[in-house]
Amino acid sequence: MTTQDVIQLLVFFALLIGLTPVLGNYMFKVFTGKKHFMMPVLGWLERLTYKFIGVKPDEETNWKSYTFGLLMFNLIGFIFVFLLQMLQAYLPMNPAHLSNVSWHSAFNTASSFVTNTNWQGYAGETTLSYLVQMIGLAVQNFVSAATGVAVLIALVRGISRKTTDKIGNFWVDLTRSTLYVLLPLSILLAIALVGQGAIQNFKHFETVQTIQGAQQVIPMGPVASQEAIKQLGTNGGGFLNANDAHPFESPTPFSNLLVMFALLIIPAALTFTYGKMVGSTRQGWAIFSAMMILLLAGLSISLYAEYSSNPIFGHLHLMEGKETRFGITNSVLFSVITTDVSCGAVNCMHDSLTPLSGMVAMINMMLGEVIFGGVGAGLYGMVIFIILTVFIAGLMVGRTPEYLGKKINAFEVKMAIIAMLAPNLVILLFAAWASASTVGLSSLNNAGPHGLSEILYAFSSAAGNNGSAFAGLNANTVFYNLTLGFGMLVGRFGVIIPVLAIAGSMAEKKITPMSGGTFRTDNSLFIVLLIGVILIVGGLTHFPALSLGPIVEHYLMNMGITF
Amino acid sequence: MSTKIKTSLFNKKILLQATKDSITKLNPAIQIKNPVIFLVAIGSVLTTIIVITGIFQGNFSSFNLQICIWLWFTVLFANFAEAVAEGRGKAQADSLRKNRIETKARKLVGKQEVLTIATDLKKGDIVVCEAGDVIPSDGEVIEGIASVDESAITGESAPVIRESGGDRSAVTGGTKVISDRILIRITTEPGSTFMDRMIALVEGAKRQKTPNEIALTILLAGLSIIFLLAVVTLPAFFGYSLTASGLPQSHNLTIPVLIALLVCLIPTTIGGLLSAIGISGMDRLIQRNVIATSGRAIEAAGDVDVLLLDKTGTITLGNRMATDFIPAEGISVEELANAAQLSSLSDETPEGRSIVVLAKEKFNIRGREVQQLNATFIPFSAQTRISGVDIKTEDGILHHIRKGAADSILSFVNNNNGFYPQSIKNIVSDIARQGATPLVVAEDNRVLGVVHLKDIVKGGIKQRFAELRKMGIKTVMITGDNPLTAAAIAAEAGVDDFMAEATPEDKLRRIREEQANGHLVGMIGDGTNDAPALAQADVGLAMNTGTQAAREAGNMVDLDSNPTKLIEVVEVGKQLLITRGSLTTFSIANDVAKYFAIIPAIAVSLYAGTNPTGPLSALNIMRLGSPQSAILSAVIFNALVIIALIPLALRGVKYRPVSASKALFRNLMIYGVGGIIIPFIGIKLIDMLINL
Repeated sequence: MTTQDVIQLLVFFALLIGLTPVLGNYMFKVFTGKKHFMMPVLGWLERLTYKFIGVKPDEETNWKSYTFGLLMFNLIGFIFVFLLQMLQAYLPMNPAHLSNVSWHSAFNTASSFVTNTNWQGYAGETTLSYLVQMIGLAVQNFVSAATGVAVLIALVRGISRKTTDKIGNFWVDLTRSTLYVLLPLSILLAIALVGQGAIQNFKHFETVQTIQGAQQVIPMGPVASQEAIKQLGTNGGGFLNANDAHPFESPTPFSNLLVMFALLIIPAALTFTYGKMVGSTRQGWAIFSAMMILLLAGLSISLYAEYSSNPIFGHLHLMEGKETRFGITNSVLFSVITTDVSCGAVNCMHDSLTPLSGMVAMINMMLGEVIFGGVGAGLYGMVIFIILTVFIAGLMVGRTPEYLGKKINAFEVKMAIIAMLAPNLVILLFAAWASASTVGLSSLNNAGPHGLSEILYAFSSAAGNNGSAFAGLNANTVFYNLTLGFGMLVGRFGVIIPVLAIAGSMAEKKITPMSGGTFRTDNSLFIVLLIGVILIVGGLTHFPALSLGPIVEHYLMNMGITF
Repeated sequence: MSTKIKTSLFNKKILLQATKDSITKLNPAIQIKNPVIFLVAIGSVLTTIIVITGIFQGNFSSFNLQICIWLWFTVLFANFAEAVAEGRGKAQADSLRKNRIETKARKLVGKQEVLTIATDLKKGDIVVCEAGDVIPSDGEVIEGIASVDESAITGESAPVIRESGGDRSAVTGGTKVISDRILIRITTEPGSTFMDRMIALVEGAKRQKTPNEIALTILLAGLSIIFLLAVVTLPAFFGYSLTASGLPQSHNLTIPVLIALLVCLIPTTIGGLLSAIGISGMDRLIQRNVIATSGRAIEAAGDVDVLLLDKTGTITLGNRMATDFIPAEGISVEELANAAQLSSLSDETPEGRSIVVLAKEKFNIRGREVQQLNATFIPFSAQTRISGVDIKTEDGILHHIRKGAADSILSFVNNNNGFYPQSIKNIVSDIARQGATPLVVAEDNRVLGVVHLKDIVKGGIKQRFAELRKMGIKTVMITGDNPLTAAAIAAEAGVDDFMAEATPEDKLRRIREEQANGHLVGMIGDGTNDAPALAQADVGLAMNTGTQAAREAGNMVDLDSNPTKLIEVVEVGKQLLITRGSLTTFSIANDVAKYFAIIPAIAVSLYAGTNPTGPLSALNIMRLGSPQSAILSAVIFNALVIIALIPLALRGVKYRPVSASKALFRNLMIYGVGGIIIPFIGIKLIDMLINL
């Protein structure tokens, strides 16, 4: 690593820490209905939206109605995206005359975009029309992210309110996060990206003659706008197959830095919003710190693995699969961040990372995408771990465990366990199925432990709603499209439903006032404890499988054996 | 029975019975109540089947047999832990039963006495008890007064007074009337008397899981499911790796090895000890002579963060004591002391006695016999509200010495055409402001001065309250005193808040208020008018000397009727929860080492190529002897740790009254960090033994 790399990392994280309270405070105002500067600009649109969908913004609902609204909204979104793909050949805005998508790929893609995963079993530019990309996928990029935020906000309300069954209005939360947070930020980012050279047009693909005299088709499209929301909404589904490694998506090192920042900023700022809403910013910072420590730990291991010499390349660093305009540090940073925040956009090929940094990426996803995590989703996933931590360790202070004054009883524990179980179920069962069946194994490009890593990575990515891939796996098959599609749905709604149930049950409880006997959840001891529980509970679940994948591959690589 | 049952942690009889019980508990219907251990039992059965079929097929594996044996031991050890805890309860119940004698009751039908068997008595029946009779069932005295020997339930041999009306009307079946005659209305149905309930409770027969225990069981079951998934899917990943290493599928993991891995990972330690911890929590309470009606109440005691404490008996010694003599103008302090002592010589009230003692200590005025002084004692009466002596001095004049409340002495002096000086009025109001009671002493028409009577705050109580504050518990003193006096005592005792001139209705209102603000409230009470507050409080500790209504309303009864007990109850509750949390943490932390033992062991041949061991042997950081001994050591450690922790589960982890953060840090270091390190050492040692 050069001094420049180090300085860049320091500036990057300093900016993140600095802007977290700014955006966090703004979102706090947005979600608590306080006055903020965007209200005069977009307030009319908010009111118009409510009128159009027939919602009274002041009417709050209990958790069951909230969940029902959310599920219906997502179901409709799912059906819409599914049908769009099945019928794209007959629909306008398809200048490349792409044919209809296969049913299983359509199912996979619909699941993928509704669940904020953006796993892409297809190559964007050669499969989907501009229409599907814009009114299907781009819309889901916004609303799936907004759905995640809505769930989080409902959960925070449940935690911070007392003796009520109302946890908010789903439609209001959805509208506000789309209108006041995602939309303005993505417009800003899109403009900045166009300024850096990202493309934004509706042109036909262009055919050019290369220097070698060959013909090359260069895809076009409204890339910059898609790029902006896919980063901000931690979606990750690139307009182009090469994703952020493609110069049309992220042309310069500066744009690379911008899109990495865009990835982290909303999940990071939400921790501050969380703290504000529960009435103690320290609580938010404690969660932020736990996330940041895990991020930095993963980053350090990855950087170490990529920069350390190995017997195969001698002292040359592994540049295969990485963009020369970004270099190693920025590729590794991107790979760690994108798997942390459940985005799944990539600027280098994760398949080509060293076994250890590949494992870091996998662990980031296997832990349940709680290291900042998807917009909203990361934080509510973290609250699940907090509940487990509080329950296990909270007893050690001699009281029934409580979090922010709310007693944690059987119901919360049950729901937290379900939420934790759901994604792990997908990863372990489907990955086991894939690695023991010919349908699963026939998609592998690599042998040995690396092949197993590819399978593990794919299902971890689906279950964690990440969407990135170890590119070596050909996932556009009936088997993978269905299992991964199903896995994404379970990984998403298998967590959302119990989280909202917890919100509902927490809202009905009283709040025990803080005292010397309270189990503190805002000090360094708790941060350490939380990290410990995440690593032990999350890590132990996957240690056997990981040891047969990336861990053994690491040792083999040091022995000079690759796959 | 003696209530201070200190059943030694293990005695031969209990251990023998527990050993038998741990086998009868293998009954699936009982075993399934503990999901974690049930899973181990299923694994044991499967392994046994595999071992037996192996014998018949001629490929007996001694490794499988050893795994099998240790799996069964794991189940038995867990059952044993529960059985020992239950056995201790049973031993106490038996000693209680011995005290239950088949009694005959003298039932009153109309005006006729009918002899019936005690167990036939119904609620509402009226019985007669005279000196020598054993009270047949729980009830309330409706007529008369008697002294009762309650040693059968309290262990206290000094008899207590039971009388109709008032706060001392409850009598307990099995206790004995020593003097007088009382009529008792029976208040409980047969089979549900205090004694019956006590026996059922200590036996754990009706033991139901407490809310926190249920939640913890769900967590443990959830963790078990996750690890079950990790183990069930492992052969698939392993099979893939075998193919990749060029090894045949027949090398895939065997079921005994998978079960061994599963049993090591699921939280068997806490799963096996959970019910023992709960039972022994109840047990520790009984050892402090407190009977809880449910385990839920003990848990609530740990959560209590507001304590309503009665001033008298809890915070102050029951009685006021004389601490100073303040003479009027022109009177020497010795003269005042002498007069005050004379007036108190026959005063048997604690206040009176304290005056005699103070005069002796301060001025060396020795107590004298009233008869020798030719004096007549005038006892305290509700009309005059003063007491004293009439004494003839050597000159033959009869002097009237009186002491009493300021206004009563004022009228006494006025009646004798005396003068009541303003300075005395000032002294009186000064003393009152300090939270003490002024007692004015007069002789005939002269006011001699004032005796300063003080409520004496119990030694060490301030320290106790400071500890409670550190633990995050707010103390509220309840007193009938006026606000001035109450404030002064509250300040001296260091309570956080006080309620002066408190009525039972005030108490109830206060409890509701605190609860509405999210607090959990503990209180002590004895009177019938305390019953609503006792029922409302999260922990209502009724005194055994109290009324039946109070005992029914509370969720705990203190047999010693010691108001300070509430604080101990809170500590028992906290200790119970801490023990549970610590052992859960320990159990989960143990898994790290077990992975490092088992994973390298099972993967030893993978990707080995031409080498003797594969690359994953690098994870064998404990350098365990062989793959088989590694797995076996982990399983043996896992089983033995249950046995090793039984004493801790029964005794509870050490409890210190410190703040939550300090308690957490301490326990986390011992059971969390220790839980990670200890198995590394333990497994290594067992492995060394196996490979000797």
